[in-house]
Amino acid sequence: MSQSEYVHTITDIFGADIAIGVRFAPVKRADGLLGVGAGTAVVTPGALDRLESAARSVAQQVTDAKHREFLVSCKPALEAERDDACARRFLAQVGRLLYRRPLTDAELNLKVQIAGEAAADGGGFYKGLTYALSGLLVSPNFLLISEDIEPDPLHPGRWRLTGYSKATRLSFLLWDAAPDEELLRAAERGELNDARGLRRQTERMLAASQFAQGVRAFFDDFLVLEAFDNVAKDPIIYPTYTNNIGKEAREQVLRTVVDELVIRKSDYRELFTTRRTLMSPGLASIYRVLVTPGPGGWAPYEFPAGDPRAGLLTQVGFLSQYAHPGRSSSTRRGRAIREVLLCQKVPDPPPNVDFSIVEDPHAKFRTARERLAAHNTDPTCRGCHMLTDPIGLGLERFDGAGQYRETEHGAPIDPSGTLDGVAYADAAGLGQALHDSGALRQCVISRLYSFAVGRPATKSESGLFKYFQSKLDDGGYRFADMLRVMIYSDAFFAAQAPDETPPPRTAALN
Amino acid sequence: MLIKTNPITRRRILRGAIGGGGVAVSLPFLDLFLNENGTAQAAGTPLPSRFGTWFWGLGVDAEIFIPKTFGANYEFPQQMKPLEKVRQHFNLLSNFNVLTDGKTNFCHYTGWVALRCGVTPATRSSLPSESLDVAISDVIGGGSRFRSINLAATGVARDSYSFRSAEAINPPETSAVEFYQKIFGPEFQDPNAANFTPDRNTMLRKSVLSGVIEESKSLNHQLGAADKRRVDEYFTSIRELEGRLETQLQKPPPAPACIVPKGEIKEIPVGLDVVSVGARHRAMTDLLVMALACNQTKVFNMVYSDSGSSLIRKGSERTHHILTHEEPIDPQLGIQPNASWFVDRAIEGWAYFVEAMARTPEGDGSLLDHSLIYSHTDCQFAKVHSLEGIPMFTAGRLNGRLKTGLHIDGRERPATELGFTCQRLMGVPTSSWGQQSMEATREVSEIFA
Repeated sequence: MSQSEYVHTITDIFGADIAIGVRFAPVKRADGLLGVGAGTAVVTPGALDRLESAARSVAQQVTDAKHREFLVSCKPALEAERDDACARRFLAQVGRLLYRRPLTDAELNLKVQIAGEAAADGGGFYKGLTYALSGLLVSPNFLLISEDIEPDPLHPGRWRLTGYSKATRLSFLLWDAAPDEELLRAAERGELNDARGLRRQTERMLAASQFAQGVRAFFDDFLVLEAFDNVAKDPIIYPTYTNNIGKEAREQVLRTVVDELVIRKSDYRELFTTRRTLMSPGLASIYRVLVTPGPGGWAPYEFPAGDPRAGLLTQVGFLSQYAHPGRSSSTRRGRAIREVLLCQKVPDPPPNVDFSIVEDPHAKFRTARERLAAHNTDPTCRGCHMLTDPIGLGLERFDGAGQYRETEHGAPIDPSGTLDGVAYADAAGLGQALHDSGALRQCVISRLYSFAVGRPATKSESGLFKYFQSKLDDGGYRFADMLRVMIYSDAFFAAQAPDETPPPRTAALN
Repeated sequence: MLIKTNPITRRRILRGAIGGGGVAVSLPFLDLFLNENGTAQAAGTPLPSRFGTWFWGLGVDAEIFIPKTFGANYEFPQQMKPLEKVRQHFNLLSNFNVLTDGKTNFCHYTGWVALRCGVTPATRSSLPSESLDVAISDVIGGGSRFRSINLAATGVARDSYSFRSAEAINPPETSAVEFYQKIFGPEFQDPNAANFTPDRNTMLRKSVLSGVIEESKSLNHQLGAADKRRVDEYFTSIRELEGRLETQLQKPPPAPACIVPKGEIKEIPVGLDVVSVGARHRAMTDLLVMALACNQTKVFNMVYSDSGSSLIRKGSERTHHILTHEEPIDPQLGIQPNASWFVDRAIEGWAYFVEAMARTPEGDGSLLDHSLIYSHTDCQFAKVHSLEGIPMFTAGRLNGRLKTGLHIDGRERPATELGFTCQRLMGVPTSSWGQQSMEATREVSEIFA
């Protein structure tokens, strides 16, 4: 389970006023996604420390005098004593939501026993509940996402996820949170094994407000936005780019994504051409535009036609994320477009890379284009830089903080270039070229699928992606449609036959 | 593998321990409880041995860093000058090599992986084994509150060079304020407090964890081998936490050098400028030293800067890393002056760390005297990512087992010899460390007392 899944799940179950001060240990990115890397990560002692501490904090809040009235659905006969019946009722209700399935009798009995013993120790009923609940919250049944599989009666010889596991996969994908009671009930009744039942639940979830948090979770991972935890700019070179600007730049990307893909139901590709965004007062100073702050400080803003900014590539988020603390970087930006947005691999530089031309103190390189052109006269460097620089140079009219400029060291900046043979004149043209790129469509499909199933796509699934694309090419790459085509495919809940008997279960720490 | 436990016994401990808890103990600890030469407590328990690592990125400038002579009493070159005041406390090891045996030298990766794992990596994301501090922690880390403490002065959560595997990176503390809370917050038990009462809540926490393991056994039975290993790792972490809680239920051994830091600790804003990183490093070092003196851990890892150091100097548009590649070598000085400035700051940080350990009294000497610190970087000359002659340090005499004040000539031996030596000294049962050209079977005996 990821940190945001944890937070959303706790919030959905217990309410937004439960403070959740947990910070998960970083995981490695695999197949371009943290969500996939998490599938092989293990919980180290240091990571568990934080989880156990958070569990105690949440459990204490849920059962404190302020919250117990409406979060604990029964009252003990005597607060000072154990009340196993009431504890059982509460723990069964909450445990079902946390474990994403009903607790077994043995699991429930154990928790009730812990609650009773802690209550009898002198702390009373609610103290007992606190410890039993913290046990649920630190259990691998809650923190590790496991999936049960069963023989598929509709396709003899094949296996599928069980109803509860389908509900779990669906909910973490669409809501970035554990299933709600209605989804669990649908799973319990077997409705998710039926096309109509699955469609009913999926459409309900796509229409719910929580869908926005699911979309945010995918794009936060896909666009590597966790990097903003540490993006900092030189305060002398970029005095307006404070640490808070980095947070707002990340938020702007996510708000733009939600506005376009959830509210306006735009095609995914329009993210790279849209002139619409949401603006905070702090970011307005970097963009040098005037806005009237809206609710929470954010207000809709649209760059006028002809403005150099259009699409995510020209937002402060992308531009400052892929830059140095004190200057822009065409190479980093070009590499990010290749690797993050197009799912292509740019090789590492050789260890003995020769910068002698760039280092020449007598050379007068005023712009990044001149500097990189000189560097690329070395054939060793040229091979990789030709993959990145012609793209990144299209964004050179934005400095390392994402501010617009037309010159560098007094020389005019030429933002023209090519993307895989498609010529463009400026950053907006680069966005359009990216919009039209076939690789952009392939990339988002494969990443979204990996994100949904929590593992890297296999080679044998390339045919599946072609099928998805064939369904989307006509109607467009609306995000909800991308999800629908995956969820409603036979492949989405299919499972590989177990190698050994009887282990019909796989676990993934997602 | 899962350790079979008796759930009934575990819960009996809950009932019995809580029922019989609350025993007040009053045993003030003074130096008179040490034996005559101050190396052990009177009852014969030796003072704890500590092991730590200290890492900085992007190497050194050999021309102004490596002393001209070996042995003792060498003259300190310009870049080593900050260390002169603590010269009696450390050894410099030069002329040791990392050899790749034909594998790619992944820039700013291969070098440190080899020095932590003994093996050069096959890919940029692979970690061939656990890091040596983890192997050492498995041997000496028990009995203290934390099996190890990891710190990143960069403030970046990904800057950790301590790991059980590529999938199990030990997360570092990134904030001095949070680090203080972790060590000296409400759960801290002052080892020198006159009275000790086992905390009933700690007993309950321990009981909850026992219940989690018991409850989850069925999960493990249903999993395939790979997933089972992951769940086993989870249980291992739970059992370790249980063990630490058990430690918390005992009166902590006295620690006369333990002084709980007082006063407000200020948060240092996110940022990689050298001033902020230096301040973060000093604050974390001061807290770590006291955490060690208070017996909170025996193993630690400090990262001053990451292996591709993104540290910046305010007002310069180029990071340390960019400077190492783009700044010309000054023909007069023979170095890259601006890149070299960052190395100077790292060496000052290392000197501060050694001095902080050395000035904390403990028993017959200092905290450092009872410790072994292994310090290294990722390459020798960052401009070309050279792996030959990566400089390494040790600091501390490890309870009189090591000599210090020396410059050791590696004579182009594998750099893994030092990591092997550290593990042997700390009791890791291994007769070799590393593979192929990097396999170390002999210790750096020149530093043995």
